[in-house]
Amino acid sequence: VEASAPTVSGGRSVLERSPLSRLPDTVLKFGLAVIAAGVLILLGAFFVVLVAQSSSAFSHIGVFNYLFHNNWDISQLGQGAACDTGHHCTFGAWPMLLGTLLTAGIALVIGVPVAVAAALFITELCPRRARAPLSMLVDLLAAVPSVVYGLWGFIVLAPKLRGTQQWLADTFSFLPFWAGHVAGPSYFLAGLVLAIMILPIVSAISREVIATVPVEHKEAALALGATRWEMMRMAVIPYARPGITGGAMLGLGRAIGETIAVAYVIGGSTTVGHSIFQQGQSLAGVIALQFGEAQSTPLYKSSLLAAGLTLFVLTLVVNLIARSYVVRAGRIGDKGPGRFSRFRRSGGGAAAPGITAIEPETL
Amino acid sequence: MATSTSSTPLPPISPRRRRTDKLMRAVLATGTGVALVPLVLILFYLFSKGLSALSVHFFTTDPNTSQCFPHVPGAPPPPPCNIGGIRSAILGTIEIIGLGALLAVPTGIGVALYLTEYGKAAPFANAVRYFVDVMTGVPSIVFGLFVYIVLVVSHVGGDAVAWKGAVAVAMLMLPIVVRSSEVVLGLVPDSLREAALALGAPRWRVVTRVVLPTARSGLITGSLLAVARGAGETAPLLFTIGAAHVLTGDLGQPMNTLPTQIFSDLGQPTSQFADRAWGAALTLVAMILILNLVARLAARRSRLA
Repeated sequence: VEASAPTVSGGRSVLERSPLSRLPDTVLKFGLAVIAAGVLILLGAFFVVLVAQSSSAFSHIGVFNYLFHNNWDISQLGQGAACDTGHHCTFGAWPMLLGTLLTAGIALVIGVPVAVAAALFITELCPRRARAPLSMLVDLLAAVPSVVYGLWGFIVLAPKLRGTQQWLADTFSFLPFWAGHVAGPSYFLAGLVLAIMILPIVSAISREVIATVPVEHKEAALALGATRWEMMRMAVIPYARPGITGGAMLGLGRAIGETIAVAYVIGGSTTVGHSIFQQGQSLAGVIALQFGEAQSTPLYKSSLLAAGLTLFVLTLVVNLIARSYVVRAGRIGDKGPGRFSRFRRSGGGAAAPGITAIEPETL
Repeated sequence: MATSTSSTPLPPISPRRRRTDKLMRAVLATGTGVALVPLVLILFYLFSKGLSALSVHFFTTDPNTSQCFPHVPGAPPPPPCNIGGIRSAILGTIEIIGLGALLAVPTGIGVALYLTEYGKAAPFANAVRYFVDVMTGVPSIVFGLFVYIVLVVSHVGGDAVAWKGAVAVAMLMLPIVVRSSEVVLGLVPDSLREAALALGAPRWRVVTRVVLPTARSGLITGSLLAVARGAGETAPLLFTIGAAHVLTGDLGQPMNTLPTQIFSDLGQPTSQFADRAWGAALTLVAMILILNLVARLAARRSRLA
């Protein structure tokens, strides 16, 4: 038999596999595609279920009234079925929406400058040997579970910072939404705890992005006589700004969705406080604390699920904006993950490059 | 004359610029210090308050609330009672996180394999990537609500029971596993795949014998970090695992976990419960740190450089 060259026998090449031996290939490819499609189906179901469950609240109360009315009143709960008609209980989630936005805003104002400063210091100023340990220490904050932040914030921070909060309230009393009596747990305290919680992710992404600044840019700035700080201001920060913004937005998304820690340190009052040093509530917090008692009251339950949907949409929008920024910064390209390795070349340490690259995602 | 100017081509840095430089360096260093303060404080309180709660008794008894309640306001405080330890919470956390990982890790690696080996830059693959990103940002409490509606309200296999909490935790871990696995699988050199294909290996053998073994330690690291992330979550478990204090190995029963134990202890009136919460918190953080440490050790053994 002349088998030296591929010959055709029965319509197929001898080098070609039989249909049976190709079966595992087909199965693997098809199976993996099904699993991947499962993710899409899961998220689709996710959205449909949330919308369906909260629709009764939205249709009963109205989307605008639900979101922007300051009247979350459940004091009549358990006094007959009156709560469910919406006559005795009212569900306007503005206090919670405000609480979520306000605490997340405070978290950004406090957390982002600190995180970026730490990132700049670690990548540009500190001795090379201290880089990895310092990064690890900042990242360690992400390993602390949110319930532990809640425990710490509630038992330690709230009483200890009462004086500081009062001092802040008195000293800067000319600011709007600022002066007045200070509660222990408050919007401000929740914002502070959130600032600590978003610190590692914002800092890690900023570090990643700053590490991608071309060495040539930095050397050029230094060669032109710039001091270290001028080099950072003129070469590093402008180049890294979109990525840092994206990191801050991811932090914002994290802060908006954070539940347990906020539930403890924001105070739990479902009315709008008079200043940022008063008690309030957040969307996630109200779900965590009130969902248990809402089981037998459909409108109440639906209102809380509507809070979940609002939260979902809010984080979705914030994360998509964040994604667009981070993509622009070149970290997550749609050309695939191989691009990561290129960026890591200069900053590589002992760990595998892929591992350092994925860390911000896993924090 | 000309030579002396060319040897110092730049004018000296003015005192003002020098001062700004010094100041900003100090500001950045201070910022780093400020970033580390909370870590030090949290660890300090965890150890100072948590260590005193730890004892053999703490790890070998279950939380016991029946003896201590009801606490009548106004009446003299009830005699000190034995509120028990956190044995059932530790076991519950391990079981629920274990089942969650069992669900999330193979699925996540499967999705990542599809993306790197088959989907690549196809529209469908990009859509999957996009929605995995979306899933990463979903607040954990919303996962809890979803599982509550779909699994608990429908009474599939009981009310709020442990495996439903594990499903919620798995949904939280899944996007993390996918993203980290995709990065690691993408680092496997194409030349390895091509070499295997050129030797006549079918695609599935390339995946199982070349791609996965090469990426193994990276996959382990990513998965362990995802598990560590899921271990500390309270919000997805609040409405899904049922409130139980008894020790059970049955995932079809309501179960106790460390995060939910801390959560409920914080709502209790006496300091005894706060002490137990600190002890439980220390235990939880220790478990998560060990997972992180193992993940990093696995990363160090990585074959991909």
